[in-house]
Amino acid sequence: MSNSGAAVDLGEVFGPSHRGDEPDLVQLLTPEGERVEHPEFTFDLDDEAIKGFYRDLVLTRRIDTEATALQRQGELGIWASLLGQEAAQIGSGRALKPQDFAFPTYREHGVAWARGIDPLRLLALFRGVDHGGWDPKEGNFGLYTIVIGAQSLHATGYAMGLQRDGVIGTGDPERDAAVIGYFGDGATSQGDVNEAFVWAGVFNAPIVFFCQNNQWAISVPIEKQSRAPLYQRAAGFGFPGVRVDGNDVLAVYAVTQAALQRAREGSGPTLIEAFTYRMGAHTTSDDPTRYRLSDELESWQKRDPISRVKAYLVAQKAADDDFFAGIEQEADELAEHLRSGCLAMPDPSPLDIFGQVFAEQTAELQLQHDQYADYLASFEGEHA
Amino acid sequence: MTAITIAKGLTMGLRAAMEADPKVLIMGEDVGKLGGVFRVTDGLQKDFGEDRVIDTPLAESGILGTAVGLAMRGYRPVCEIQFDGFVFPAYDQIVSQVAKIHFRSRGRVPMPIVIRIPFGGGIGAVEHHSESPEAYFAHTAGLKVVACSNPVDAYWMIQQAIASDDPIVFLEPKRRYWEKGELDEDAEPDPLHVSRVVRPGTDVTVLAYGPMVKTALQASAAAEGEGKSLEVIDLRTLSPLDVDPIYESVRRTGRAVVVHEAPVNLGLGSEIAARVTENCFYSLEAPVLRVGGFDTPYPPSRIEEEYLPDLDRVLDAVDRTLDY
Repeated sequence: MSNSGAAVDLGEVFGPSHRGDEPDLVQLLTPEGERVEHPEFTFDLDDEAIKGFYRDLVLTRRIDTEATALQRQGELGIWASLLGQEAAQIGSGRALKPQDFAFPTYREHGVAWARGIDPLRLLALFRGVDHGGWDPKEGNFGLYTIVIGAQSLHATGYAMGLQRDGVIGTGDPERDAAVIGYFGDGATSQGDVNEAFVWAGVFNAPIVFFCQNNQWAISVPIEKQSRAPLYQRAAGFGFPGVRVDGNDVLAVYAVTQAALQRAREGSGPTLIEAFTYRMGAHTTSDDPTRYRLSDELESWQKRDPISRVKAYLVAQKAADDDFFAGIEQEADELAEHLRSGCLAMPDPSPLDIFGQVFAEQTAELQLQHDQYADYLASFEGEHA
Repeated sequence: MTAITIAKGLTMGLRAAMEADPKVLIMGEDVGKLGGVFRVTDGLQKDFGEDRVIDTPLAESGILGTAVGLAMRGYRPVCEIQFDGFVFPAYDQIVSQVAKIHFRSRGRVPMPIVIRIPFGGGIGAVEHHSESPEAYFAHTAGLKVVACSNPVDAYWMIQQAIASDDPIVFLEPKRRYWEKGELDEDAEPDPLHVSRVVRPGTDVTVLAYGPMVKTALQASAAAEGEGKSLEVIDLRTLSPLDVDPIYESVRRTGRAVVVHEAPVNLGLGSEIAARVTENCFYSLEAPVLRVGGFDTPYPPSRIEEEYLPDLDRVLDAVDRTLDY
């Protein structure tokens, strides 16, 4: 063994420390509203479908705007805005079939919309009325999960359940099912997300991991979560990863649709990194001016997910003024539904919580219920 | 009647549950071909296949997290945690997800998951293989916690736990896995969440569960020789506690000693002492005493017998309560 000489440069012997050869995003509609081709992915729906997406995008944004206003007026405790991520959510949500199942974080308001969940149910959570007021079996849309990344394992387990139920790879398009698990860029640092990747890979689970890389985990930029591009992580777990323009609803739809179909056919998991941007604060409690520059926001404003669809529809003469006015009208009605529904929402009864802990009630909880009911009753008439 | 060990009772109970319901799955590290490090799942993968007895990757959060998803899809996962000290990587999924999803969903989504944990010390093991984590789980709303102490209970309780629609932490006394008992498969078992007097007595109530039931019974036999009559209660259910048999006994004896391997500070004994004091105050002749592990991490195995409550430490507490 000799220490002399410099035969081997240890800086290079293992190869580069990360791959800098990031490919372009999969994009099918430019920020200017022009359709472009991609060698692997095609958007195969007509302009009527694109008009439907436009409606979804606008209504989803209106839900967000109205909820933010309600929070500012004290009607919601907090709101997690999806501003800027509408295309990632509508494109992926609309790629789902009824039999597919979606596991959301707490920001998937657009996916909830695509799954037919009344957005009032979302507001109930952020108002503090409940922790999730919808039935996951109606719309196959799981409850919002607030612990970062925890739902990625639930999604993987559910996908393993689909395998055991024999609803994968039968060739019956009404029957074959897949799971989509949502999470953000910050969540990719969590053990649970990485364990979900391990499980999904090993069991070849029918799942699409849908990562909305909105560049920020509250105040921490993506550079501090990952040295490698996120979609490249999939390779280490033995399945494909792809990066898509998360602000391009057509590309997101096409890529997600293909990944879901791959899962339904039994070919296993895919990681999709939807490259997007959180235009607003993390939540209404956050102040992004403390940690990011307005230049960045302005550059992403030019890539707005809605304006490019409108530009396309106008250029194609696929939609006229009446169409756009009609959507605006519908958005106003939706906002009014949310506002009046939110204000009219009754508070839950404190006595209800005791009965919701277990499927089979315990004597101890029943006793606590009864004692608290007696305690409440002891105040009756006091302030009459 | 068949003579079986606790481990065998669990294996038989798991097999019966799998035969009774095709939705029952077993998942964990080494549970397949090996049959688990304690052989509790021995032969099950061979008979029920790899889809129902799943050798998982080595990550406990992954086991519990995927079990949640399987439960949402209608399955009844039975998760094996290899040793007590390895449950903590899964702690977040257990406490924040398994325990809360029924409540979060306002009762729409049940979580019929059983979390089997071989627990307690006395096997001469290295660190993290001898712990008693029950209080963490008993403290968590939304979980039920039980501990078996003998082969007959092992056989029935595991089946009842699997049949429950609620998540259950199922504690197995690992150092007693090879203790024998007589099983009558035609007998009618006690319900799951019931405590039981396993030795009647008149002077002091000794409350124990899991591996300490045998220790308490040994103490009661020794005390008998000294003219002291100990009533031993096997708690069996740690959350919810089945308090009525405890109160009934303490009202007769006026004295209670709680025994567990876990540290006494904020352990099950503390809760039982508080409840007994609150509900049997005028019957008590002495304060409720606790015998347990020290507030140290579990010690190296060469001195673990000093840490673990034994017959003499139980008798010492019995004497102190009688002398009070």
